[in-house]
Amino acid sequence: MSTSEVLILLGAFSASAVEMVEALTIVLGVGVVRGWRSTLIGVGAAAIVLAALVAALGPALTYVPISTLRLIVGALLLAFGMQWLRKAILRSSGHKAMHDEDEAFRRERTEAAAAGREEKAGLDWYAFTVSFKGVLLEGLEVVFIVISFGSAQGRLGLAAAGAAAAVVLVTVAGVLIRGPLERVPENTIKFAVGLLLTSFGCFWGAEGAGVDWPGDELSLLAVLGFLGLLSFVLVRVLRRQRLALRPSGAEA
Amino acid sequence: MKYLQAFGRFWWDFIVGDDWRVAAGLAVALGLTAALTHSGVNAWWLMPPAVGALLAGSVWRAASRD
Repeated sequence: MSTSEVLILLGAFSASAVEMVEALTIVLGVGVVRGWRSTLIGVGAAAIVLAALVAALGPALTYVPISTLRLIVGALLLAFGMQWLRKAILRSSGHKAMHDEDEAFRRERTEAAAAGREEKAGLDWYAFTVSFKGVLLEGLEVVFIVISFGSAQGRLGLAAAGAAAAVVLVTVAGVLIRGPLERVPENTIKFAVGLLLTSFGCFWGAEGAGVDWPGDELSLLAVLGFLGLLSFVLVRVLRRQRLALRPSGAEA
Repeated sequence: MKYLQAFGRFWWDFIVGDDWRVAAGLAVALGLTAALTHSGVNAWWLMPPAVGALLAGSVWRAASRD
């Protein structure tokens, strides 16, 4: 397995894991309060839509010339990956609140308990739509990553397998724990995924624009190292800036 | 019309996100790389610092607003 293939597998797995942790919180919050039948039907329906998207878009992209595909995919991965990286840096430096799964679970349960009961097609419509939307929206990011990673390198199966493994792992963990997975270091994983997406985007985007990288795939590691170091420095500088701006005595 | 707006907003948030300057800067950097490469310069050195500068600028602006 080449370096880029290992990184694609890791990237798809990590992105899927972190998004599925968030989807699990929504599903658990709704399922515990409203019952499991409609909630799980919503999850299944969303999973079918997501699988259909991968099955339809993945093969269709093989007809696009590889340099054009890498330019488009690279640009999209850059824009998308930098959003993840930006938020992870701001969270790590204390400029943005950390995502709290336990709090999200409590909020989801409160909203599910307060919502009225409406039946459609024999389903609790609230439970169905909330779980469907939750899984679909969290899953769309994973589908985007799987398709872009897989198509630009011609390894759609590998990327999809990495994402599917994470779905299985998070589902099993959720069933065993029967609660939100608040101990998963979400920001650290998002940081790593953001770095991977941005580095691949930079590498493929430039390659699609006609660049011939020195050392070929070794350049990908160099870009990853450079952006990793820069992000580390940015976290340190922003954290220091935040502490310097904090009024004296605020630590007490 | 409402659904069309919501659809457009969804994709804008999905791809562009909180800082449109980053997306615009990336488009300029990629365009410049393509232009240089097609004029015979192997501009592999352009994208990494451009991405780094856009990232640093974006987090700095966000932190300054905090």
